[in-house]
Amino acid sequence: MTELSASSGHRSDSAHADKSSYVLRLADDALVYAQRLGGWIASAPQLEEDVALGNIALDQLGQARSLLTYAGELEGRGRDEDALAYFRDERDFVNAQIFELERGDFGFTVARMLVIASYQLELYSRLRASTDETLAAIAAKAVKEVDYHRDHATQWALRLGDGTDESHRRLQQGLDLVWPYVAELFESDELVAALSARGVAVDPAALEEPVLSYVAATMAEATLDAPETSVRHTGGRRGIHTEQLGYLLAEMQHVARSHPGAQW
Amino acid sequence: MSDEPRDLNAEGGHGAVPMTGVPTEQSPAQASRREWPLWEVFVRAKRGLSHVHAGSLHAPDAEMAVRNARDIYTRRQEGVSIWVARAEEITASSPDEKDAFFDPAGDKIYRHPTFYAVPEGVQHL
Repeated sequence: MTELSASSGHRSDSAHADKSSYVLRLADDALVYAQRLGGWIASAPQLEEDVALGNIALDQLGQARSLLTYAGELEGRGRDEDALAYFRDERDFVNAQIFELERGDFGFTVARMLVIASYQLELYSRLRASTDETLAAIAAKAVKEVDYHRDHATQWALRLGDGTDESHRRLQQGLDLVWPYVAELFESDELVAALSARGVAVDPAALEEPVLSYVAATMAEATLDAPETSVRHTGGRRGIHTEQLGYLLAEMQHVARSHPGAQW
Repeated sequence: MSDEPRDLNAEGGHGAVPMTGVPTEQSPAQASRREWPLWEVFVRAKRGLSHVHAGSLHAPDAEMAVRNARDIYTRRQEGVSIWVARAEEITASSPDEKDAFFDPAGDKIYRHPTFYAVPEGVQHL
């Protein structure tokens, strides 16, 4: 009897740990992307776009806060959203690399948003049916937000791609730059495979077809060429990152680390 | 990383963007992008109410104007419907004609429905 409850207790601990690791991936994606988009504040092409990108960044930050808080609860080591956001180092971040890439120009920003928002929309749409009720609730709220993000990126992709020679060139260049980082979004591993089998997580591989077909249709309508690349950057889910994440975290974490425990 | 975004603009982040040799004057292209047309925005706060003028904004076309309006004027749930109209398409009364336009209505008290006796107990008037 004691043995049985001890072993089932252990199984539930490790199930929570797995779930926490998965939720942390989604959280880091949103957190890092929010910080990256925040880099546009006060320097977007127009004041109106400044506000739009700021709104999108804040949507991502809101998702990140819910997910970080939940990841901390599942982990059960007393870490709250701030502890996870501000007091982990680069190797502990498990976002995919596409989210951390330097802000770039507006063409790159639109290209990346088209991919990311399409990915997040397919992901959160399915995650609404997760057997984990908290995750399903977070996804239900997020799906409306990322639906708008995809629309925003699509509207701009059509206007830039089918606009002037310069806007077409910039957007095409943006897509070419972002493309080697797209495949990582659809990678599966033991963790997500086990969680997907239990209906908690969404198998990233299942998202590849719908995401890429939406992006391809938008690119075609925007008169852009489908990027071709044999390069696949990967490793973010294991804490392997580009140089740029370090700079991003330094900026994001500086104040919290300089004044630990400060309230504002 | 060898294929990071380079040579993109003068507003970028941490070192990968060239800071020298970048023009500081506004280029003609930058000047022209500031010339997006002005749109007037009308927001309906809830079903049953009229659209009310909320303000104005710049946008390259009508679809983007509606989206910009959503981001600027309804971010605190101020509305359920948005109209936009090109500011230049709106014909307004002239302040110079104010007297001739509006003052004559001032003493036409019979135009107000104030000469009816309202029965006791009638509500919503």
